[in-house]
Amino acid sequence: MSGEIEISVKNLNLWFGNFQALKNVNIDIPKNAVTALIGPSGCGKSTFIKTLDRMNDLVDNVKFTGEVIYKGRNILNSDTDVVALRKEIGMVFQKPNPFPKSIFDNVAYGPRVHGIRDKKALNEIVERSLKGAAIWDEVKDRLNESALRLSGGQQQRLCIARLLAVEPDVLLMDEPASALDPIATSKIEDLIYELKKEYTIIIVTHNMQQAARVSSHTAFFFLGELVEYASTIDLFERPREKKTEDYVTGKFG
Amino acid sequence: MVVTFNRAVRTLRRSGTRDAGERFIQLILLVCAVSSIFAIFLIIVFVFSQGVPFLAEAGLGFLTTSVWLPADSFAAGTWGIFPIILGSLIVTLGAVAIGAPLGIACAVFLAEIAPPAVRRLLVPSVSALAGVPSVVYGFFALLVIVPWIRGQFGGFGTSILACWIILSVMILPTIISVSTDAVRAVPREYKEGSLAMGATRWQTIRSVLIPAASSGIMASVILGMGRAIGETMAVLLVAGNSVTIPGSIFAPVSTLTATIALEMGYATGAHQQALFAMGVVLFVFILILTGLANLASRRRVTF
Repeated sequence: MSGEIEISVKNLNLWFGNFQALKNVNIDIPKNAVTALIGPSGCGKSTFIKTLDRMNDLVDNVKFTGEVIYKGRNILNSDTDVVALRKEIGMVFQKPNPFPKSIFDNVAYGPRVHGIRDKKALNEIVERSLKGAAIWDEVKDRLNESALRLSGGQQQRLCIARLLAVEPDVLLMDEPASALDPIATSKIEDLIYELKKEYTIIIVTHNMQQAARVSSHTAFFFLGELVEYASTIDLFERPREKKTEDYVTGKFG
Repeated sequence: MVVTFNRAVRTLRRSGTRDAGERFIQLILLVCAVSSIFAIFLIIVFVFSQGVPFLAEAGLGFLTTSVWLPADSFAAGTWGIFPIILGSLIVTLGAVAIGAPLGIACAVFLAEIAPPAVRRLLVPSVSALAGVPSVVYGFFALLVIVPWIRGQFGGFGTSILACWIILSVMILPTIISVSTDAVRAVPREYKEGSLAMGATRWQTIRSVLIPAASSGIMASVILGMGRAIGETMAVLLVAGNSVTIPGSIFAPVSTLTATIALEMGYATGAHQQALFAMGVVLFVFILILTGLANLASRRRVTF
């Protein structure tokens, strides 16, 4: 793999109670590129990205071993400051989850919890973030309206804007378009294409066309194992593993 | 009774008259619902029929003057319940001011912070708190809190402060259980969204969870207030029941409920009617509180 590595995962195992959800996963995530994770439901791909920002910590009885090296440190260490980590590695969820606050307050939430109080600075951050998420033109005249009045696609882009406002380096996206209609989906995909210039993006998707459209690298997960990881073109056109071929050609899934 | 009920339903089903069975159940449920409403309605009619004529005769002075010298005939008595209304309000608001922050904090702890083992211990304890008879609370307060106040601050000990302390504990179960439900009902996605941006747990609780649960929390506080204003036995034991405008929180006080309970046993004639009129006043207070609670819980969640 060419280019700089943002996150390097080594021998990652993860259990929920007695159930092993991830089995010896090794993967290098390239910087400023889009990496897609595909696989059938329950294959561990969502669990995998939730390990990268330690959101799995919210689940009871979770255990993990192995290393996730980010900026030279193993973020799985128990002394990791997960609050600081999540500021750098942000997450967009499957279901758009804007807070029941105004559009402005949604985007300003992150900067505010990180200590920015200055009104002018907040205004600038909000505008920049909304522009960055390609939603500024749609909402600039109604920043004080409730975010819940936006459409699903707009809510999802607002959530991306909310994330950009805390200036992360890595964006984790857990099926960000699965709850959206095709037009809203294509807007999100265009946005991902723009964002990869500045951010490292890891996207979980059920939609193989989407993976093919937006990503440069694709990883295929099955039953908690990383079956194959290659450039997106190779994985879809010249899969090395029989299992991958069966999945990308739609024999199961 | 449930067993017989089920058997009746099965019998109806077997006989192939499923529709008739459905209608039978609906009818029974309707009768149950109507009878409870009817009971409340009767109570209201009775209290108002006894109290309103007195209110009409005594006029606004009943609510605004401060001398309470009841007698069997209207002309022989002096009818001013302002100190009693004031006492009810002071006792209630103070108890809520102490109990609400405690209860809300406890609810947040139970819903968000407590490990499962602690929760399994605390939730039944809170329910047990709700099950203790109010006379037991009152007796405890009379034997423990009142002497403590007497020792620390002088006076009789039976006082506003004693009422506040015991009532604030008594309203905790209401506030805790309703607030806990409200906090737990906040969509998980809000919390995840906040944490995923690097907010701390406390920031998430303060800036997302509590605001999102605010309508339910508000309703819990108002329900607690309703419990406090309606509480009779515990207050009666520790209030001191003096119909004067209290000069400090260590002074005795009387409330609407305690006064009705204390005097109803021997009251006749106009005095009895005056007590019913106090019941009407109390009823109006509670009606307002219930209305506020409904309004609070129906309010759209935006903040």
